[in-house]
Amino acid sequence: MSENLGTFIKNVCHKYKKDKTRLMDIACEVQEQFGCVSGKAMDLIAGEISIHRVEVENLVSFYAFLSKEPKGKIVIRLCNDIIDELNGAEEVAKAFSEELGIKVGQTTADGKITLEYTPCIGMCDQAPAAMVNDVIVTNLNSDKARKIAHSIKKHGDPSKLSAPLGDGNNANELVLSMVNNNIRQKGEVIFARHEQGAGLTKALSLSPVEVIRDIKTARLRGRGGAGFPTGMKWEFARQATGTNRYVICNADEGEPGTFKDRVILTECPDLMFEGMTIAGYAIGSETGILYLRGEYAYLRAFLEKILSNRRKNGMLGKDVGGKKGFNFDIRIQMGAGAYICGEETALISSCEGLRGDPKTRPPFPAQKGYLASPTTVNNVETFCCVARILDKGAPWFTEIGSQGSPSTKLLSVSGDCKKPGVYEVPFGIKVSDLLKMVGAEDTAAVQVGGPSGQMIGPADFKRTICYDDLATGGSIMIFNSTRDVLRIASKFMEFFVEESCGYCTPCRTGNVLLKERLDRIIAGKGEPSDLDYLQELGESVKVSSRCGMGQTSPNPVLSTLKNFRGQYEKLTKRSKDGLMQSFDIKAAIADAEAIAGRPSEKFSLNS
Amino acid sequence: MDKPKVATTSLAGCFGCHMSILDIDDRILKLIELVDFDKSPVDDIKNFTGQCAIGIIEGGCCNEENVHVLQEFRKHCNILIACGDCATMGGIPAMRNNIPLKECIDEAYKNSPSVYNPKNITPNDKELPLLLNKVYPCQEVVKIDYFLPGCPPSADTIWQALVALLNNKPLDLPYKLIKYD
Amino acid sequence: MSDNITFTIDGVEVKARHGETIIEAADRAGIYIPRLCYMKDLIPHGSCRVCTVMVNGRPQAACTQPVVQGIVVENNTPAMQKHRRNLIDMLFVEGNHFCMFCEKSGNCELQAMAYRFGIPAPKYPYMFPDKDIDASHPDIFIDRNRCILCGRCVSASRDVDGKTAFEFAGRGPHKKIAVNAEANLGDTNAEASDKAMSVCPVGALMKKRIGFAVPIGSRKYDTKPIGSEIESSTRK
Repeated sequence: MSENLGTFIKNVCHKYKKDKTRLMDIACEVQEQFGCVSGKAMDLIAGEISIHRVEVENLVSFYAFLSKEPKGKIVIRLCNDIIDELNGAEEVAKAFSEELGIKVGQTTADGKITLEYTPCIGMCDQAPAAMVNDVIVTNLNSDKARKIAHSIKKHGDPSKLSAPLGDGNNANELVLSMVNNNIRQKGEVIFARHEQGAGLTKALSLSPVEVIRDIKTARLRGRGGAGFPTGMKWEFARQATGTNRYVICNADEGEPGTFKDRVILTECPDLMFEGMTIAGYAIGSETGILYLRGEYAYLRAFLEKILSNRRKNGMLGKDVGGKKGFNFDIRIQMGAGAYICGEETALISSCEGLRGDPKTRPPFPAQKGYLASPTTVNNVETFCCVARILDKGAPWFTEIGSQGSPSTKLLSVSGDCKKPGVYEVPFGIKVSDLLKMVGAEDTAAVQVGGPSGQMIGPADFKRTICYDDLATGGSIMIFNSTRDVLRIASKFMEFFVEESCGYCTPCRTGNVLLKERLDRIIAGKGEPSDLDYLQELGESVKVSSRCGMGQTSPNPVLSTLKNFRGQYEKLTKRSKDGLMQSFDIKAAIADAEAIAGRPSEKFSLNS
Repeated sequence: MDKPKVATTSLAGCFGCHMSILDIDDRILKLIELVDFDKSPVDDIKNFTGQCAIGIIEGGCCNEENVHVLQEFRKHCNILIACGDCATMGGIPAMRNNIPLKECIDEAYKNSPSVYNPKNITPNDKELPLLLNKVYPCQEVVKIDYFLPGCPPSADTIWQALVALLNNKPLDLPYKLIKYD
Repeated sequence: MSDNITFTIDGVEVKARHGETIIEAADRAGIYIPRLCYMKDLIPHGSCRVCTVMVNGRPQAACTQPVVQGIVVENNTPAMQKHRRNLIDMLFVEGNHFCMFCEKSGNCELQAMAYRFGIPAPKYPYMFPDKDIDASHPDIFIDRNRCILCGRCVSASRDVDGKTAFEFAGRGPHKKIAVNAEANLGDTNAEASDKAMSVCPVGALMKKRIGFAVPIGSRKYDTKPIGSEIESSTRK
């Protein structure tokens, strides 16, 4: 085995030219082959690529899909985000657990199957869902879970699980997935019919500066959530000094409730790659990277094929599109389970073979990004917009949508509605109109922009979705009046606690404290003063966190405090006699009662 | 007018903070001009005789008896001061807080190298208060009004705090009197 | 190089050099911006966030933010002091800080910062996490109960000692200092004479057989608050 390990690692490191910036890929391959990156493996990898062993551990211990301890040959990862939970994920977990004879978080005694939870895998429109290695299984219930468990125990082959196949390219021979696209509404920009390559051809007929000018005229802003003007980003990257420049596509769609990039990657990857190529031309780059979240590994072979077709057709490689001197190619970088890698500087760290810690800014990626070179990182949908703008022109683009937010936006709609799925709508759509469109009734709350966005109540349903009002990277989660908004907020805080990189104090610890106090209130043990405590703590986390994730992580608490204050007030009460409601004497003496085998004299039943 | 009353107690502490109270030296004569001591080890009064102006708590809560006493103090004292690191953060007893209770008890009565316990008995009389799952700082059990850190807080710290609070002045300790050791 | 950039901190005009960070310029001007992870001559880590200041109304870490002509910096304001106090409280409750028997007490920067802010007790509940101690090395020990994850030892070992004896492992609340060996510091090439062994702001990375060498009363922060060395320096 260890000789085996040694040879394997030697070969893998050789394949990546002993390049330490490819540590992520090396570690992923070792994990896949051996079910872990053991201490021994860390030593061997460090030796091969001339780094320190603790640097390998630094990376391996960061990503959820990598582990030092051995995992099963098959890993079942149950999505436990709020939408899956409301659709019965707990029942599904129970069924898996019973059928496999292990608890969530454990591996079967024969070492073959591991069962664990994972945050949102981008399948909220067909929840509950799970990953079985790279294979996605959707619309689960306990019967399905038992059948799946039975099947993998018998065959040990997850690929047998993908029946029936999903719609569109999900049935492509390189995808073969049961995932459905659920495209509910096509708009004029992303899902409209278009001539392949028209945008790139047009771009190559212009100068790079003219391309950037068109993007600026179109007032295109980032579709990932932050909304930074794309043209400006490109201009900075173009003007920055450096010999190499890089274009990175952020396909680390990790915001719970977002899955529109999954659909683009499945149905319009060429449009996205075309946009990346245009970006390469505009900023003067020869290398693009598609950072694909580990959860979407089932699309990798398909995307690799698209890339190789583009190379064959002269759309990538040397003299792209016949343009002399414009050389550009794209590689895929796989992620390995870390929400924070959706943050652009963390994503760059990950591409460099490091743990996904955000980088210190300044310098900004446009000045010093990937490998300290000027880099632009844009969202999947943004690149699609780019290709369409070049094809149809900036005026066409700005005519759609609202004044401040031109064009359309893809929304990933999930939760309590009849038609969950992807909607391409013009910016400026009212929340109430959207709710009607998706068949949502009795709606009590809408989470706009995922956990890092805000939760709004009916009083805000007349507001509009656009950059100037309710901004969103696409996530729209709908909750009806039977749902408990504070429990949902707590679930979101749990997500941030788990996904914090731990670099800075407020995000690492403040979120744990926010969740503790919120849960205390939910348990009916909060005091009125806890509301001010949460507000102040949330503001400190917001103000002092180092990156965008930390700065938005208290939003589940802050936005419910603002929009659902009554729910908090209902649950809190002033303590009598200055005794803390949160102190639970029964729980505190339970262990001792069990050990001593006698009940408490002082705090028995009547106290 | 009656003098205001002060009560003190030592919960899961070492009485070091009480030693520090006594360490105010001759100022203790001034103190008894200012206040009467109610329930306190200083005068050995076991039960509250009435409402007190100030209660001084040494030690955190490691067992049910501590909780009971602390709750009694909260009921009988207008102002509660957590005095010393054990009261404010659990202190040395809280070092057991990440060890399961059973392990702690077995270590104390069975496994520790210095134990002589030929019959292997773990004391379990009804009179013995049950231990809590961990040691709780006082503010997690009742509302605490003021904190005096230190192990122990210096006599000057305690003196200044008492004088300020008895005269309805804000408690503003100078740099040299806020210490955690 | 000349001081050709001017900006203000709490309304006071400060001169700075191109390429300096706000904290460097403030230090030279005798204005103290509270900080914990920052240490002169090491690459700023920007993780404790205690030095967060408002720069033209936006929060930035003073240790990593470069000076720009004309910026308006808010440092010693009630709002920033409140956030700082909350960060200090967080650092106390996320670890196990038993000052009463810690060899670093009196010389500890975390403790000193709490003293400077006049904190009698943290407002957050103690977490009492389960952390370990590595005493495997003959001359040094790591007490992870006290570590505030400032990254100074990581940077000093990598950038000054050229050893990379330390790195972070894990993420979120589980993040911790790891050593360049399977488990034990004793199996690394770390030595007591390394720069890394003299940079820890708290009592997490300590040399053995020193203990409580300096008596109470004579320790670094017994009588003078942390930062007073900067505030008392001559203003240039």
